[in-house]
Amino acid sequence: MAILIIAEHDNCTLKGATLNTVTAAAQMGQDLHLLVAGSNCQNVADEAASVEGISKVLLADNSVYAHHLAENTAQLISQLGTAYSHILAPATSNGKNILPRVAALLDVGQISDITAVESADTFQRPIYAGNAIATLQSLDNIKVITVRGTAFEAASTGNDAPIENVDLQIESNLSSFVSEEIAQSDRPELTAAKVVISGGRGMGNSENFTLLEQVADKLGGAVGASRAAVDAGFVPNDIQVGQTGKIVAPDLYIAVGISGAIQHLAGMKDSKIIVAINKDEEAPIFSVADYGLVADLFEAVPELEQKL
Amino acid sequence: MKILVAVKRVIDYNAKVRVKADNSNVDLSNTKMAINPFCEIAVEEAIRLKEAGSAQEVVAVSVGPKACQEQIRAALALGADRGIQVETDDNLESLNVAKLLAQVVRDEQPDLIIMGKQAIDSDNNQTGQMLSALLNMPQGTFASEINLQEGEVQVIREIDGGLQTLGLTLPAIITTDLRLNEPRYASLPNIMKAKRKPLAVVTPETLGVELKQHSKLLKVTPPAERSAGILVSSVDELIEKLKNQAKVI
Ligand SMILES: Cc1cc2nc3c(=O)[nH]c(=O)nc-3n(C[C@H](O)[C@H](O)[C@H](O)COP(=O)(O)OP(=O)(O)OC[C@H]3O[C@@H](n4cnc5c(N)ncnc54)[C@H](O)[C@@H]3O)c2cc1C
Ligand SMILES: Nc1ncnc2c1ncn2[C@@H]1O[C@H](COP(=O)(O)O)[C@@H](O)[C@H]1O
Repeated sequence: MAILIIAEHDNCTLKGATLNTVTAAAQMGQDLHLLVAGSNCQNVADEAASVEGISKVLLADNSVYAHHLAENTAQLISQLGTAYSHILAPATSNGKNILPRVAALLDVGQISDITAVESADTFQRPIYAGNAIATLQSLDNIKVITVRGTAFEAASTGNDAPIENVDLQIESNLSSFVSEEIAQSDRPELTAAKVVISGGRGMGNSENFTLLEQVADKLGGAVGASRAAVDAGFVPNDIQVGQTGKIVAPDLYIAVGISGAIQHLAGMKDSKIIVAINKDEEAPIFSVADYGLVADLFEAVPELEQKL
Repeated sequence: MKILVAVKRVIDYNAKVRVKADNSNVDLSNTKMAINPFCEIAVEEAIRLKEAGSAQEVVAVSVGPKACQEQIRAALALGADRGIQVETDDNLESLNVAKLLAQVVRDEQPDLIIMGKQAIDSDNNQTGQMLSALLNMPQGTFASEINLQEGEVQVIREIDGGLQTLGLTLPAIITTDLRLNEPRYASLPNIMKAKRKPLAVVTPETLGVELKQHSKLLKVTPPAERSAGILVSSVDELIEKLKNQAKVI
């Protein structure tokens, strides 16, 4: 049986997390179908068709799917899903929102946030903020899974898979879209950036984050934050890195004014190289850092920016 | 309006987790346990709605062994009116918890159900969404603000890229994110008072819910350790190391 992968997109472009999910799916089976559910999203379907390994794109292009409302989209996926052995989505806020609803509609469990595929039914996933790794075997006939993007390479493109239209219009009338505030940024996406520089409570205020933005721009990186920095209102919620925020694993992660609580480490400790800049030499962040600099960030970061 | 909150007993977020030597699971003996932080936020939100006069009753439910009555009492001490324990010994999978909660909801008929977005032990992030599916109710996950309106609740959600506002018909299910509120501490008199608040115990059998196993835990292992690195003495040395040793810039 084939594997159904749910594409992550904003009706304009296919999001990178989809490509990592395709790689995970390819380790479970051969026949991979990619579902693009949205509105006015032909362009996304075209991009989806170019993903290597995909044998078919399913396009459900209907205004009822415009905002990925869980009530509508989960019904759609569960109806299509009965024909598949696996249903996969990236562990993004959309995937996390919709896929458990799909699982329950199909009366099967979900395995969240997998980081490795051992076989078609056995997977690894971190538990307890990454302090333990569980190996789980699914006993369900349809395996519903979300995939941690940083644990899998991105699939390449260059394919030309056929696109098939799905004419299912499902509207629950239980929920309605009111509005959205999405930040526009020229920097790379946090979860896909090769370099991430994150600030914590030590940054002191929102203006000081421009120090980090300047370094990020020199290195072509993205800016992240600790929960404390988000809670204090220095930066928006969607750049929180950690157990309950974004998971990142760049080549270079620079933690500035972050103490290194386990909830923060859970979101970045798989980075290749970790740098910590903190004025407290006892800060736990130094125990995971490849390079630690004990210094006042307000001296060290401007100097770093200038010398890069 | 009646509000149901689901609270889970989990390891305290400050406690250190150890994996058992035989790799069968994590070792929670002698570990400090607490109410899941996201559930605490759920309880706080329910109590605020009650204090604002929007809700009349707050019911706290937990699924688990007898020990989870401690967490129900904690919710009662924060201001919930009564508790329900669904007694099970197993560490249940989310779908089974959702099925048990669904039956409690059918019996209790709340207008609003508030849960955590994620339990910090399993890190599943599933139960609220599953419960919504089982009850065919709308879901407002990862909520950072809730506004009750006539026959509707508006929820501001923390999503990738920013914030989204949805309108949900009632009854609805909401899962909490960190920015929804800052939970209060229970006062000593309220902790004492909570001991006398009603706490009912039901079982999967009395609820008439059949549980099924959906996955098997094969093993639990410690994560790969990061070896501690070095301290550099200057920004110059840091840049030199990143360029020539790590080769990442
Ligand atoms: C349920 C739950 C979920 C959570 N999820 C997350 C999560 O996803 N992500 C997350 O990050 N946290 C999370 N947390 C919070 C976590 O426990 C910590 O509270 C948080 O990570 C601390 O942030 P911080 O390191 O910025 O602040 P602090 O711990 O206050 O550390 C600030 C650091 O800045 C340093 N500093 C101050 N001034 C300077 C200066 N001038 N120069 C250099 N250094 C300076 C200090 O020495 C200190 O080490 C969660 C907590 C809970 C309970
Ligand atoms: N055993 C349980 N008892 C009560 N509520 C639970 C239980 N398990 C999960 N929940 C609720 O579901 C939320 C999400 O949990 P999870 O899906 O396991 O990450 C928790 O914050 C609780 O509100």
